[in-house]
Amino acid sequence: MQWEVVIGLEIHTQLATQSKIFSGSATTFGSEPNTQASLVDLGMPGVLPVLNQEAVRMACMFGLAIDAEIGPRNVFARKNYFYPDLPKGYQISQMDLPIVGKGHLDIALEDGTIKRIGVTRAHLEEDAGKSLHEDFNGATGIDLNRAGTPLLEIVSEPDMRSAKEAVAYVKAIHALVRYLGICDGNMAEGSLRCDCNVSIRPKGQTEFGTRCEIKNVNSFRFIERAINSEIQRQIDLIEDGGKVVQETRLYDPNKDETRSMRSKEEANDYRYFPDPDLLPVVIEPGFLDSVRAALPELPPQKVERFQSQYGLSAYDANVLASSREQADYFEQVVKIGGDAKLAANWVMVELGSLLNKLGVEIDQSPVSAEYLGGMLLRIRDNTISGKIAKTVFEAMAAGEGDADSIIESRGLKQVTDTGAIDKMLDEMLAANAEQVEQYRAADEAKRGKMFGFFVGQAMKASKGKANPGQVNQLLKAKLEG
Amino acid sequence: MALQRSDVEKIAHLARLGLNEGELPRFTDALNSILGLVDQMQAVDTSGIEPLAHPLEATQRLRPDQVTESNQRDRYQAVAPSTENGLYLVPKVID
Repeated sequence: MQWEVVIGLEIHTQLATQSKIFSGSATTFGSEPNTQASLVDLGMPGVLPVLNQEAVRMACMFGLAIDAEIGPRNVFARKNYFYPDLPKGYQISQMDLPIVGKGHLDIALEDGTIKRIGVTRAHLEEDAGKSLHEDFNGATGIDLNRAGTPLLEIVSEPDMRSAKEAVAYVKAIHALVRYLGICDGNMAEGSLRCDCNVSIRPKGQTEFGTRCEIKNVNSFRFIERAINSEIQRQIDLIEDGGKVVQETRLYDPNKDETRSMRSKEEANDYRYFPDPDLLPVVIEPGFLDSVRAALPELPPQKVERFQSQYGLSAYDANVLASSREQADYFEQVVKIGGDAKLAANWVMVELGSLLNKLGVEIDQSPVSAEYLGGMLLRIRDNTISGKIAKTVFEAMAAGEGDADSIIESRGLKQVTDTGAIDKMLDEMLAANAEQVEQYRAADEAKRGKMFGFFVGQAMKASKGKANPGQVNQLLKAKLEG
Repeated sequence: MALQRSDVEKIAHLARLGLNEGELPRFTDALNSILGLVDQMQAVDTSGIEPLAHPLEATQRLRPDQVTESNQRDRYQAVAPSTENGLYLVPKVID
């Protein structure tokens, strides 16, 4: 049997506000337990929630960026359930009238094609606190610092057909919220979490199969693995004559399997109703216009501009625009260094592998965009060759200063004096007289490789400092005799 | 559509209300009479009327994104039945 996989995702993004969605408590991550939990967050009687305008503005930014309709009038509702890290006994969320309506996002698949993924809606809600299940003499510890942190829950259409597509979509959302500056995207700290709805159906069938929801997956790698293991579980189950039961499951990365959390039949009936403590939120057209005017350049436009303005390939443009920080870094290098293709190569290859090795993001790069741009200038004016540049780059990474001072202190300036190169070549050829004879006796086809040998010797003799173009030219003339 | 006793039991469980044997029939009747009133109201033609989310003719005021609360943990925890290392302690949660 050929199976088709159907995946829809719910992504919770923590909005990067200073204060909580309904109270004036701070949202700083990692503070001492319960030091950022006010009376409102604790759900004390008699308190009233007051909505944070920045959370509204950020939700509107997201809506505009995915071409969605922004609800001109949106309403908060209570989602009722009992859990100790939810002090009020309900979560303030949105149900019938969310702030962001239907929109879409394009993702690039591995074969280079573009697929459009529908976004059903995105709504504002408050996060819950944290339960710590380590044993406190048989009790559970509750930290309510996170309670009331603003979340934007982004719900996709069931448009994805493989784990890879799902990951590409999450990455696109991740890049988008970071471009917009509305979420720090830190998955390890839970700033972006993903629930994956997975079902399978025989290829060609139009109705969906029964789905399972994998809760709270918090890395790109785990999203792919969790979905794939769930797909395999469902296929095995059905092919063995069983039936998929609609339920919530958890992914265990150590065992690489999902296991049942609770079955939807027994799951809570949330009894949503409009929250009487909060009035309808009206989004004025003038406000929306000001949000639209302040939107930054988004990934698709940036990719296009990188191709037209800098003549980059679609691939290079996509890689460089994959994060706002990297795109900004690249443009700063071009601004100083002048050559966009050279800058693209250095940022993607040498800088990329350096950051990889150090395990840091580009905004913590030991080599600043100014330094890298300055070094490219020295490549372009022939002060150093591309090869020597790698030595200079390593020295910059080690904190030895900018390119000019490293070239100066280490004596790496390229030799372009024809007389000096001429003399060096004569000495080198004299030392390799036998090879010179062989070269002259060889036919044209073999000479290419042999010529490379002499170039190598010449660069070695000059410690890499001779200008390669001049070496080639002079050497050719000498060997042709 | 009248509520059965089992519906009331389920609703009571969701709301974590412990109703005893005597209360169950009483609440079933009371809830059914409320639903009877709702049935009567269903007869009113509401087409073209926007659903009411809130009885006040007003819209939500927004507050600026500023931290206005300071750490009052000790005072809040003074009234908590049990705390440890700054955490509120509750009976063990089994998921």
